[in-house]
Amino acid sequence: MAKNPADIPNVSKDELLGYYRDMLLIRRFEEKAGQLYGMGLIGGFCHLYIGQEAVVVGLEAAAKEGDKRVTSYRDHGHMLACGMSANGVMAELTGREGGYSKGKGGSMHMFSREKHFYGGHGIVGAQVPIGAGLAFADKYAGNDNVTFAYFGDGAANQGQVYETYNMAQLWDLPVIFVIENNQYAMGTSVKRSTKSPSYWERGVAYGIAGEAVDGMDVLAVKAAGQKAVEHCRAGKGPYILEMNTYRYRGHSMSDPAKYRTRDEVEKMRSEKDPIENVRELLVQGGHASDEELKAIDKDIKTVVNESAEFAKESPEPDVSELWTDIYA
Amino acid sequence: MATQVLMPALSPTMEEGTLAKWLVKEGDEVKSGQVMAEIETDKATMEFEAVDEGIIGKILIAEGTAGVKVNTPIAVLVEEGESADDLEASGPVQTDEEKQPEKPEGSDVKHMDQPVVTSPGASVPGKRDRSPDFPEGTPTKTMTVREALREAMAEELRGNENVFLMGEEVGEYQGAYKISQGLLDEFGPKRVVDTPITEHGFTGLAVGAAFGGLNPIVEFMTFNFAMQAIDQIINSAAKTLYMSGGQMGCPIVFRGPNGAAARVGAQHSQDYAAWYAAIPGLKVVMPYSAADAKGLLKQAIRDPNPVIFLENEILYGRSFEVPVLEDFTIPFGKARVWREGKDVTIVSFGIGMTYALEAADKLAEEGIEAEVIDLRTLRPIDYETVLESVRKTNRCVTVEEGFPVGSIGNHLSATIMQQAFDYLDAPVINLTGKDVPMPYAANLEKLALVTTAEVIDAVKSVCYR
Ligand SMILES: Cc1ncc(C[n+]2csc(CCOP(=O)(O)OP(=O)(O)O)c2C)c(N)n1
Ligand SMILES: [Mg+2]
Repeated sequence: MAKNPADIPNVSKDELLGYYRDMLLIRRFEEKAGQLYGMGLIGGFCHLYIGQEAVVVGLEAAAKEGDKRVTSYRDHGHMLACGMSANGVMAELTGREGGYSKGKGGSMHMFSREKHFYGGHGIVGAQVPIGAGLAFADKYAGNDNVTFAYFGDGAANQGQVYETYNMAQLWDLPVIFVIENNQYAMGTSVKRSTKSPSYWERGVAYGIAGEAVDGMDVLAVKAAGQKAVEHCRAGKGPYILEMNTYRYRGHSMSDPAKYRTRDEVEKMRSEKDPIENVRELLVQGGHASDEELKAIDKDIKTVVNESAEFAKESPEPDVSELWTDIYA
Repeated sequence: MATQVLMPALSPTMEEGTLAKWLVKEGDEVKSGQVMAEIETDKATMEFEAVDEGIIGKILIAEGTAGVKVNTPIAVLVEEGESADDLEASGPVQTDEEKQPEKPEGSDVKHMDQPVVTSPGASVPGKRDRSPDFPEGTPTKTMTVREALREAMAEELRGNENVFLMGEEVGEYQGAYKISQGLLDEFGPKRVVDTPITEHGFTGLAVGAAFGGLNPIVEFMTFNFAMQAIDQIINSAAKTLYMSGGQMGCPIVFRGPNGAAARVGAQHSQDYAAWYAAIPGLKVVMPYSAADAKGLLKQAIRDPNPVIFLENEILYGRSFEVPVLEDFTIPFGKARVWREGKDVTIVSFGIGMTYALEAADKLAEEGIEAEVIDLRTLRPIDYETVLESVRKTNRCVTVEEGFPVGSIGNHLSATIMQQAFDYLDAPVINLTGKDVPMPYAANLEKLALVTTAEVIDAVKSVCYR
């Protein structure tokens, strides 16, 4: 996977180290979540983001303060990438008072107004018109914020996605549709769910510009993100980014993943891993020593372990919480 | 440092499983993410991956062992240089051992002493707002329900920049039922937004706009078409405040004609009152008169929650007296007593009030004095006004257009039974639409709807007359 130095984009050491750190945080966080799930501390559905880290980290690098994001139930990575605290996310996974939703939302339903994170939605595809609506609100207010509306390859077959494409282009809404094509919707591979050659091209029918991106390469993601963001901020309407990516784990914790081979997963991991990719750039370019990287690993382990501790120690919500937050 | 590898829970319901196969042996080095074992759960055989790196120091549970409880140590991971034997000698291994989360203390809290629905949106039990909707002596003008709704929207659009109206044909066409007539001219296309025919999409979009700080009014051409969008209404609009621990409110109004019009067949004739009233997180309004339409719609637009505002095509053209006031609103959860009486309580809402009031007039001629209550809002419901009346009259008939199973009347009957059982002199009768899809033929349609004659009969029946 070694890259020709001539192909290595012009990025600073600090930028690369930042990506490394942010992606690693997501990976380690998710591994820890998997472990807590195994111990029965996290219940219900828990969808891990391992393998897809470059998508959110690259796009966050293209965002500015005020930009919004909304996604599906596979949301832990998005939250960490936009600066929400590992403690708050992990404690929500364990259903505790210290969680972002006071334990009332769970893995699939978390929000942060402060970080402009609008969920965490459990209904496949529902976040797509919601994302366009957030963009509608920004356009109405006359600011130059954009909204990132993330959804999966499976969600891309929902009718409301196309209803939204149509309105977003009709009204020039500043929304970036990010299709996280991780090749599978639960057990259904892309090939078994559509004959369209690509997802982003479906936007062409509505006049929406877009492109496919190597979603395992954080630098490619960032570059595409910048282009999309510029397009939106310039008032040219929506943009579609189809991120070709891969999830290493099962769909959720209880998925035995019998619909693909171990080899397929291994091949992706060994050849395309987004974190390894950046690590190599760092080492090859002489930007970071093994020690430096180890120190980062250690820092992250501490953050993640602390979040797990917090999530175990934070009490369950008070029983009175059953009856709160139903009406504003 | 050595760590124990514990039997994992690999599904939301797994309590124990079979350790089907070890894919590593003692002395093997494992990397995080490497598959260590295959475990059979109640549902499937799962691969179990290592989280930590290390060397398999010892395997504690042999492959083929069934009934291994979740969180049982199944292996020991050691670091280079350590050996499992050292470990055994040095006593218990440090583990990441966890308590199973305890049952929440509230899980067996009893709510037996509370009304059937303890909705936080319901009116406060024992308290009843008896104040008039507007001060006595306020001048009124005659106005149709249609004009009242339009005035309400226009006033709120004028008053708050963040209010906007969206829906099919609301702008250039001036509204499919002319409720929004003239609004595009006054407020322009930014605030009066014509949408494509795309209910699911524009409903979700409007919910997003509400999350983003706006106050959308979504017009459904009729509520029949809102079924395309019901997921966004319930799963996104109604539940997000709760799921976000109070962070993300959704101030939005969904309005439009609901219920049977005339001769439009089954797909265009359904009353959704009971459906929406079942959902915590929604508020549900169903006005009858023009004054209520105006005061309640203005209130709905200002409410910080999602409000379902159910209008009726047949009522649009009816005229009522509406107070002439700068700013007239009516609080939710306050029923209106249209007529006082001592013999029987008739409870209705929306177009059902037409039959209830007509029946009461005719019954009066026969010497039966009916008290007629218009609920006006179905979430919150003003239980207290109903209960107080039933405690006085000892008899009750409910009237609505919706289907009989799971009707608002059913819910009121249960509440009355629980709260005023000793006062009842007869079983409560629930009058509803018939349990059939709406037929087209004029004679059959008439039979499918609730009628004034049925109300009269039901009242006589509960009065044993
Ligand atoms: C409307 C709806 N249908 C079905 C489901 C069950 N479900 C949850 S996730 C999922 C697969 C979605 O796959 P994709 O959109 O590719 O996202 P990914 O899980 O790969 O991130 C399904 C079928 C659901 N939550 N909502
Ligand atoms: Mg997918």
